[in-house]
Order: sequence, then structure tokens, then C-alpha cells
Amino acid sequence: MDLKETVNSKKFKKIVALRWGISITMLIILFVLYYGYVLTIAWNPEFMAKKIGENFNVGIVSGVVVIVGAWLMTVIYVSWANSKYDKVVEELKQDID
Amino acid sequence: MNGLKNTSLGEPNAIAILFFALVVLGTLVITYFAAKKTKSTSEYYAAGRSITGFQNGLALSGDYMSAASFLGISGIIALQGYDGFIYAVGYLVGWPALMFLIAEPLRNLGKFTFTDVVAFRLNKGPIRIAASIGGLLVVLFYTIAQMVGSGKLVELMFGMPYEMAEIIVGVVMLLYVLFGGMLATTWVQIIKACLLLFGITLLTILTLAQFNFNPGMILSEVQSMYGEQMLTPGGLVTGGLDAFSLGLALMFGLLGLPHILMRFYTVPDAKEARKSVSWATTFIGYFYLVIPIVGFGAAVLVKKSVIAGVDKGGNMAAPLLSELLGGTPFLGFIAAVAFATILAVVAGLTLAAASALSHDIYVNVIKKGDATEAEQVKSARIATIIFGVVAVGLGILFKGQNVAFLVGLAFAIAASANFPSLLLSILWRRFSTHGAVWSIIAGGLTATVLIILSPTVWVSIFGYEEAIFPLKNPAVVSMSVAFITAIVVSLLTPEEKARTMFDDEKARTYLGVGAE
Repeated sequence: MDLKETVNSKKFKKIVALRWGISITMLIILFVLYYGYVLTIAWNPEFMAKKIGENFNVGIVSGVVVIVGAWLMTVIYVSWANSKYDKVVEELKQDID
Repeated sequence: MNGLKNTSLGEPNAIAILFFALVVLGTLVITYFAAKKTKSTSEYYAAGRSITGFQNGLALSGDYMSAASFLGISGIIALQGYDGFIYAVGYLVGWPALMFLIAEPLRNLGKFTFTDVVAFRLNKGPIRIAASIGGLLVVLFYTIAQMVGSGKLVELMFGMPYEMAEIIVGVVMLLYVLFGGMLATTWVQIIKACLLLFGITLLTILTLAQFNFNPGMILSEVQSMYGEQMLTPGGLVTGGLDAFSLGLALMFGLLGLPHILMRFYTVPDAKEARKSVSWATTFIGYFYLVIPIVGFGAAVLVKKSVIAGVDKGGNMAAPLLSELLGGTPFLGFIAAVAFATILAVVAGLTLAAASALSHDIYVNVIKKGDATEAEQVKSARIATIIFGVVAVGLGILFKGQNVAFLVGLAFAIAASANFPSLLLSILWRRFSTHGAVWSIIAGGLTATVLIILSPTVWVSIFGYEEAIFPLKNPAVVSMSVAFITAIVVSLLTPEEKARTMFDDEKARTYLGVGAE
């Protein structure tokens, strides 16, 4: 296959669509997580002050959850892309002459 | 638990100077070896694409963990409590967004700068000028904020005159960038990131040791000393739209910071680029998780009144805490790390500015790409000197000015001028040259004008009673203006060549075929 055929192949289109499907889904989760956090602070600060256990409160715990969640999503995406996505990329590249 | 009675902060501290001399000496030795390997443009701007994902992850986190985030955020948490933590969260969330949206195409399409990506299939002259001006403004405002902040910090920590601090920072970082290019700058950044992560880990362990290794105990002490409002949201975030707008600027500003984007060209391919984001997010996430322990720990152990007594902004919270827990030697070490942090960040910014001036404007616009390797490297070095001198000059000129808003402005312009055109050039087939140029101009201008009219400048600096524009950060408006302008103008000025090239570049965007 030449470059044009590769780019128009089903396999290429499928992997690009999958790549954007995964990253946009994760981006939406990130948005819900982060803007949910920020907007709760703006609209319902009393809820953020609610105690969890003796010393922690919702605000501190949810901030930690956003940081850990953002980190986790990055790591998950990268490990998917570096194994699954790159495997298909390698196969497609081998087909190019 | 007694607060710190006397501090040696601000007096010439032999240990601080010794550590600082060691750091400078070590990094200059690295620069010497890097200089031998820095002959071509790819070596000057991109370290010969020889950096691994792990190393670049450290360097990226080094670029991002500036003295402002280390000393500044721990200080805000110490004095104002929870509000500082909101910043910490906001500064991290841009990283996954960077990974999901632009990291791979950025690496595959570009050569040395993000402008390469925007200009890839568009009419090169106008778009390079517009994009590199957007990039330069971001770097310039960010640099002024760093230089003014660093002069003050060095004055506070070492008791050194402000102007002398500026000149030392300028000269040492120019040595790195001028002779060692990206290779030396990267290694300086790696060393600084390791020192900073080590220092903050030690400080956290020493702090936790005072509380039986129970973070909950710190919080309960904070509450009993200063009341519950230290642990709950305060005045930073008030209205929903205000909060959303600041969040947008923090998140998408990262995706338009030229000195961060430039780092993606130092790794060999997209796989290593992804790994570097993964590592950077790990280090930065860890950093922002332990910073509150340092901040709240300082509030309890050093006491707010002592911290505010040394510096009203709270910037000395972490150094004072380290002196209390580890004595003068540890204070010396932390002070030296903070100084190294300033050096490394300013070096990274200078290299980004030099690449915009030299690679984007001089070589690609004025010389139309027709310059030999030797000429290109020479022009890069000249641009480095010019920007270095300008940075020191502006640092001295802005002495004593309130420049905190410049960081917000840099993030707003990055999110509104650089990011929309970068994203659309990667994703949108019908994006045209006119669309890109007008989007950059509209986004950048809107962001700048609205910041001036906002409470951050209109009220806090000019002293008017009420701001003309109500939001503290204009990103929600200026980003919308940039995207709408880009879409409307692109649809009005169809560009056949750009559309055909979009299909052709797909193999490069997604497979890395032909990537440099």
C-alpha cells in the first residue's frame, strides 16, 4: 500500500476513530471531575466544609480525588496507547512500501 | 510546639551559599560537556532528540514546578489555607488534557516549536509571525513574573541586593543556554527537579514526624489554632462563571505554553513523548499532593504571624519550616534548591523565546527557510543573548511592581491565542490561514484587554473601585472569541491546499511517518 491507501484503509480509520473515542471520553470524565469540583466550591461551599471522619472534609478529600484521578487517567491512556495503539501503528507502517 | 523565634533567613548563610555554589558548579560542568555535543540546530533546540521519556518527564516537571509553585502555593496554603489547594489542583489537570488532545500530533508534526505544527499546512509566512508573537508574549510575561519574583526571593533568602540577584540569574542561565543549548537546559532541569523532589520529600517527612505521621493530626491542629475556615474554601472562588473561567485558563493554558511544548521535540518519537507526559504527571501530582502538608505544617509549627512577618505573601513558609525542622543546614539546602529552580525555569523560557525569534521568525520568515546549519545556530545564539539581556533588564525595570497578574495573563494568552489554533490545525480539515491568523490576534487581544479591565488589574493595581469586566480571568470569553473567529473566518476563506494537505498529513499525525 502507498501512503494514500494506508490513510484510506479501514484499519487506519478504525484505529484513529478509536484513539479519539478513548481520549474524548477521558477528557469528558476529566471535565466532569475537575469542573464538578470547582463549581461545587463556587455554588455549594457548605458541602465542601462537611466533615469526613474526624479531621478531613469533603473539600480536601475531593481535591485529592481530582489529583489522583487526573494522574490515573493519564497513566491509563499512555499504557493503552503505548501497547495497543502502537501495535496497530507498527502493523500499518509495515504495510507501507 | 513553639514557633520559630529567630531566623537566619536573609542573612548571608554559608551553607546556602555552599550548596548554591555546588549546584552552579555541577550544572556548569554539565554545560561544558553538553557544549561539545551542541553543534547543529537539532542539537541546539531539541538536544538531538536524544532524551528518554523518563528524563523528559523529569525535565517537564522541572519546567512546571517553578519557585512560584513551590514557595508560592505552600505560602498561600500556610496563610489562607484551603484556597491554595484549589490552585494546586488546577495546575495539575492540564496534563491529562495535554495528553488526550495534542501530545502525539504535536510530536509527530513539529520540528522545534509548536509554530511548526500550526504552520504545517497553512500559508507559512503570516501564520508563523502570528503564532510566534503569541508564543513570545506568553514567554515574555511569564519571564517577567519569574524574574521579579526570583529577585525578591533571592533578596529574602540570601540578603543579596535585588539587582545583583537578577544579574546572577541572567548570567548563569545564559551560560547554560548559550553554550549547552537544549541538552544542558534539559539536564539542569532534571537535576533541579530531582533536588526539588528530594527536598520537598524530606521536608514532608520531617513535618509528618511531628504529628506521628498522621496528616489528619495536622489538619486538626490547624483547625484548633486558626478555626475551621482554614480548611474550607474562602474568597478565591466566588461565582460559578469566575471559577469556570479560571479553571479553563489553568487547564488549557498549559496546552499553549511554548517552553513546555518545545520539550516534546527532545524525545525520539510519539511513544517516548507519551511516556514523558506520564512521568511528568506522576511527579507533578506527587508534588501537589505533598505541598499542602508543607503549607499546613508551616501554619501550625512556624505560626502564621511569623510567616507573614517575614514576607506578607507567605513565600517564606517552606524555607522557615525547613529551618525549624532541620536547622540552618536544611534551610541552606532548600534556599539553594529554590535558587536552582529559578535558574532552570528562566533557562527553559529563554530557549523557547530564542527558538521563536530565530527558528520561527528569522530563519523561516525573513530568510524563508534558506539558511545553513551554521547560520541557524548562530542566529539562535544571538536570539538567546538578546532575550537574556531583555529578561534581566525587564526584571530590574519591574522591581517592586505587583506582577502576580502576569502569570494569569500568560496562561490566558496561552489558552486563548496559542491553544485554539494549535488544536484546530491538528483536528479541523477546513482550518485556513486567515482563520488561524485572526483567531490568534482576536484571542490574544481579547485576553489582554479583558485582563486589564478585570478586578486583577483594574482594581488591584490601578485602584479603581469597580472593575469594568467582572471575571478575574477572561479565559471563558477570550477562548470562545478565538474559536468562533477561527471557525467563521476559515469558513469564509476556504483554502484548497490546506485541505488536501490535511489528508496527506494524516499518516504523519497518527503513524509518525516522516516525523522529524
